Amino acid sequence: MTQQQALYKYCLRLGDNALVQSYRLSEWCSNGPILEEDLALTNFALDMTGRAQALLTYAGKIDGNNKTDDDLAYRRGEREFYNILMHELPYGDFANTIARLFYSATFEYLFFSGLMNSTDETLAAIAAKSIKEVKYHMAHATDWVLRLGDGTEESHRRMQNGISENWMFTGEMFEMDEVETLLAGVSVVVSEIKAKWLSQVSKVMAEATLTLPTDTYMQTGGRNGIHTEYLGHILSEMQYLQRAYPTATW
Amino acid sequence: MVKSKHTREQIFDLLSAIPDPEIPVVSIREMGMLREVFVTDQGYEIIITPTYTGCPAMGLIEADVKMTLEIAGVKPVKVSLVYDPAWTTDWMSDVAKEKLRKYGIAPPLHSSCNQDVFAHNIIQCPRCHSGDTVMLSRFGSTACKSLYKCNDCKEPFEYFKCHF
Repeated sequence: MTQQQALYKYCLRLGDNALVQSYRLSEWCSNGPILEEDLALTNFALDMTGRAQALLTYAGKIDGNNKTDDDLAYRRGEREFYNILMHELPYGDFANTIARLFYSATFEYLFFSGLMNSTDETLAAIAAKSIKEVKYHMAHATDWVLRLGDGTEESHRRMQNGISENWMFTGEMFEMDEVETLLAGVSVVVSEIKAKWLSQVSKVMAEATLTLPTDTYMQTGGRNGIHTEYLGHILSEMQYLQRAYPTATW
Repeated sequence: MVKSKHTREQIFDLLSAIPDPEIPVVSIREMGMLREVFVTDQGYEIIITPTYTGCPAMGLIEADVKMTLEIAGVKPVKVSLVYDPAWTTDWMSDVAKEKLRKYGIAPPLHSSCNQDVFAHNIIQCPRCHSGDTVMLSRFGSTACKSLYKCNDCKEPFEYFKCHF
């Protein structure tokens, strides 16, 4: 793997995380428990679409074959998507979505704080832009974890379920491989932010009277294109138009 | 080779007339989205930056910039989108903030209010100026605004979130 190939894959991983997360969150449009949550979750989805657009545009430039952000979003197959598995799982109930957002926004806050110092100027700029938005995602998800966790018997049960069910997918956020190694200085050393993430997550969960899942087997694969069956269904809907009418333009 | 007929200042003046598509009382220049104008022998390059990465108004703003310059006979024009330096509400002028307030939108506090992710700030009602307000929803009609209610005059209002 060359430096260029590594950077391309790194950008796709980040871009796909944003894109697939955005897709799942936007499914809450008109399905939120209250109107304000419809607005919040779809606002997050919009932030993430913007982030995906910036990252996939950059990936296309690195690849050097004139691929646009749209080409990369709509014309890649399942095995060429590198998002982590957690983002592609069905959104479940509201508490499940919040649990996932809580895990991922807390991670992204630390991650983009690190990526702001990347030696790659474009990634540093995208990170500086994203972190402002991620702060709101994190604050919002944290509010709901506290409210539902320390709420009624049912809200507590659902929040605990969401927290527990998604736990096995959190390990993938901290994985590193050849891509990160080749991009020393450009990439974030995610293994180093794991302790901070765990401490923040534990702190909120204790306040929310929730139980931190005990360390268990961590499911992985998405970062290398090995997905759950759910991603294929997302793509069949998301890419339908470009697949049916390959030359269609706006 | 194009010999430039318009100066940088003239282009800025032309573009200052373009309103923000979501909040038409302020211009894209006052909002801080119009960053720079480069005049070269090859033409004109306009640099714009989004407020939020997913801001759906960017396509419209780009079209507005092109149309405004086309009508004024300025060409060729290239519009470039940059993310760095990242947009901040601190770039909004005091005049722009006052325009927002008169329009019924509480203007953003200084960015230092946002240092702590979980901070709760006092937002003044744009109508009666009371500080006794409550947040109804962190998100409103656009990504850049929250929804508030004033406990004194009972009016709901939007707050332009500070973004640093």
